[in-house]
Amino acid sequence: MRLIKAGRIVDDRFVRVLDDAPIPEGVSAIIPASRFLADADEISRREGLTGVLWPNNRRVAELASHLPRLALVALVFPSFRDGRAYSQARQLREHYGFRGELRATGDILRDQFLFLVRAGFDAFEVKKDADAAVFAESVSRYSVFYQPAGDGRPSALRGRLARPNAASAQEFAATVR
Amino acid sequence: MYLYDDFDRTLVAERVAEFRDQVARRLSGELTEDEFKPLRLMNGVYLQLHAYMLRIAIPYGTLSSAQMRMLAHVARRYDKNYGHFTTRQNIQFNWIKLKELPDAMADLASVKMHAMQTSGNCLRNITTDQWAGVAPDEIEDPRIWAEIIRQHTTLHPEFSFLPRKFKIGITAAAHDRVAVKVHDIGLRLHRNGAGEVGFEVMVGGGLGRTPFLAKTIKPFLRKRDILSYVEAILRVYNQYGRRDNIYKARIKILVHELGAEAFAKEVEAEWDTIKDGALALDPAVIANVAASFRYPDYAKREDNPPEFSQKRAADRRFDLWVKNAVSNHKVPGYAIVTLSLKPEGAPPGDATAEQMDALADLADRFSFGEIRVGHDQNLVFPHVAQLELPALWQALEAIGVATPNVGLVSDIIACPGLDYCSLANARSIPVAQELTHRFRDLDLARSLGRLHINISGCINACGHHHVGHIGLLGVEKNGEEYYQITLGGSSDEKAELGTLLGPAVPYAQVADVVEDVVAAYLELRERPDEIFFDTVKRVGVEPFKERVYAAH
Amino acid sequence: MTSPLQQKLKITGPVVVTANRLGDGAVVYRTATGDWTKRLERAAVVTTAPTAAEMLSAAAADDVGAVGAYVAPVRVDPDGAVRPGNLREHIRLNGPTVALPVTLGI
Repeated sequence: MRLIKAGRIVDDRFVRVLDDAPIPEGVSAIIPASRFLADADEISRREGLTGVLWPNNRRVAELASHLPRLALVALVFPSFRDGRAYSQARQLREHYGFRGELRATGDILRDQFLFLVRAGFDAFEVKKDADAAVFAESVSRYSVFYQPAGDGRPSALRGRLARPNAASAQEFAATVR
Repeated sequence: MYLYDDFDRTLVAERVAEFRDQVARRLSGELTEDEFKPLRLMNGVYLQLHAYMLRIAIPYGTLSSAQMRMLAHVARRYDKNYGHFTTRQNIQFNWIKLKELPDAMADLASVKMHAMQTSGNCLRNITTDQWAGVAPDEIEDPRIWAEIIRQHTTLHPEFSFLPRKFKIGITAAAHDRVAVKVHDIGLRLHRNGAGEVGFEVMVGGGLGRTPFLAKTIKPFLRKRDILSYVEAILRVYNQYGRRDNIYKARIKILVHELGAEAFAKEVEAEWDTIKDGALALDPAVIANVAASFRYPDYAKREDNPPEFSQKRAADRRFDLWVKNAVSNHKVPGYAIVTLSLKPEGAPPGDATAEQMDALADLADRFSFGEIRVGHDQNLVFPHVAQLELPALWQALEAIGVATPNVGLVSDIIACPGLDYCSLANARSIPVAQELTHRFRDLDLARSLGRLHINISGCINACGHHHVGHIGLLGVEKNGEEYYQITLGGSSDEKAELGTLLGPAVPYAQVADVVEDVVAAYLELRERPDEIFFDTVKRVGVEPFKERVYAAH
Repeated sequence: MTSPLQQKLKITGPVVVTANRLGDGAVVYRTATGDWTKRLERAAVVTTAPTAAEMLSAAAADDVGAVGAYVAPVRVDPDGAVRPGNLREHIRLNGPTVALPVTLGI
């Protein structure tokens, strides 16, 4: 497993805390959702950066009030075919304005990298080393996007407004008999 | 038709490059089939009984002659010289090789065609009226909205891994030629009391194992809000649609289980948070897309010119074809022509490469270079001058697409069935072929009037059998092919699901039984112009059952 | 529709393992030596669930050779000829039961 952040493979400074293990003090830790919620105030006061591992079948609204105190939210793709966390990511970024690290975990292949970036993820736990190695190339696969999303890139619908229609007129002339 | 700009071209080119890489990684074994399958499905590549199948997108059923020529090229170069037009306005090729696919995709991209999202758990082809832009009863051209929504839902980062496939249909005419009520989202453009044009939004329609008609969750939605509202529906579905059972994963199940009201509430709550954001469509954006649609430079022509009526009076066969296959156009002096891809004995909806090339030439000569594909698996020339109909008719006859059976008993909608499809339980094409033989007499077909037969080879209902006037569903019993028969379905604005007639009928008898059903109709109808659907509605299925099963 | 691969293996007669060749989708059958052949007469025919399961497992792992492997019934005639065991397999081996469209004289 490789962690990608800022487009590069990096070491993970967050420790993954298991359900019933003690939460280490003074280090960056990712805590399972129900554990966190059961004790949110206490945990938020701990020394060290705190992150939450949020399951893909739970509304992010439940986490909303805690976001200001969280450095990281990790969302889950149990299978890469299960796209629920894309919606959660966009809601966290675009509706709740979460600015911390938004990490994609679980079953992720290189073919999802760009979708993940566009949905607002900025960190990726990648299971295949070969995929991690091509992250930068994979997310540059496309240069145009039709729809606005969490990454702030302009969409084609808007981008077109700034352009003249000269090209279109020539096209039309070519298609008509 | 819509003119691609470099945004569109670039996206398609980048998609081709990505797919080429994915195929290479698959062929080398770097990607397992499990990992590759969703990727190839998102590019319209199925594995069928004999080979791979490629489903090419024909956005809202509109094709240029250049594109039709490219389809002919694909048929010849990469396939077995023919293609099949589908009930979602796309085209399928049944014999494509995976290793040649990237080249085929590159060829298609050169005429702005692609196979993006024609399969997979994502947004599929947005379908609309094959008479869009030219139908007299249309409020406005629904293709502009189909294009806006198509772009929005193409490679959408959030909605590329939905619980299941998602189909949107849009109609803008009084008569629904799109079957919007059996779509996941059905949109109906209409005018409200204040004269404003907007959308009725219906959700949760669908056929298959558990057929449902869509429920209206928003009677009137302003144009400005269409993208944000669709986004809200998709987000609710993406998060709460079932993922535990593929037979319960469509949005129709979610709407049914929550109830339409509760579902609508969820959508409204989500919509509230995004409706004034980046997805709100301002008039400039809409106008920009609309401006990218080109309409023909229609000449000023007399409507129903004397030469035309004289030709009809002089030639009975021509007149019968006009009565059947030619419809009124909103511009005087022009006509909408339907080309039947259902000649006697042929697989419904198929066209050979030769036919495609010929059709492209004819479209250039007679239809301003434009062709449409209907969900009924027929083609349309949408802009033909009435004066040119006689010449066109002769040319269409010469290539076998002028059978005057449009909308009649032998204009059958059928899925490929067990001859091609790995999901099928029974064959559908030979049943359709046999029925076209039984009903080859056009005088009989005309006397029966509008009569839609739909055949599906399995419960997935790609032949839309639930909404056929006569629906046939292929099932397997002890290794043999049987067919369940339903009567009285309808896919238009009076949409209804058909009622089961009786026990399933074996392959060898199904054509006989359909003939008996038709004979029963002739006996039961009140007047010659009471169509089959209305007779079933009036008397119910019992009188048919008595007559049909008594004979067997 | 349940993929044959997911169905519980119930062998009631002779079977083969079949799939589609990766590169071109051609219908192929697993041989005794772990290859894929288009010729049904060269397919390995087995008659018990455990051997079928083992062969299927090996075939499925070989997904660079062929994809969508599953167990399909065959009939073995008195003279030893192996034939497809149902209509679906007959169609896979012999092609569609309807003639492919052909236009003459355009």
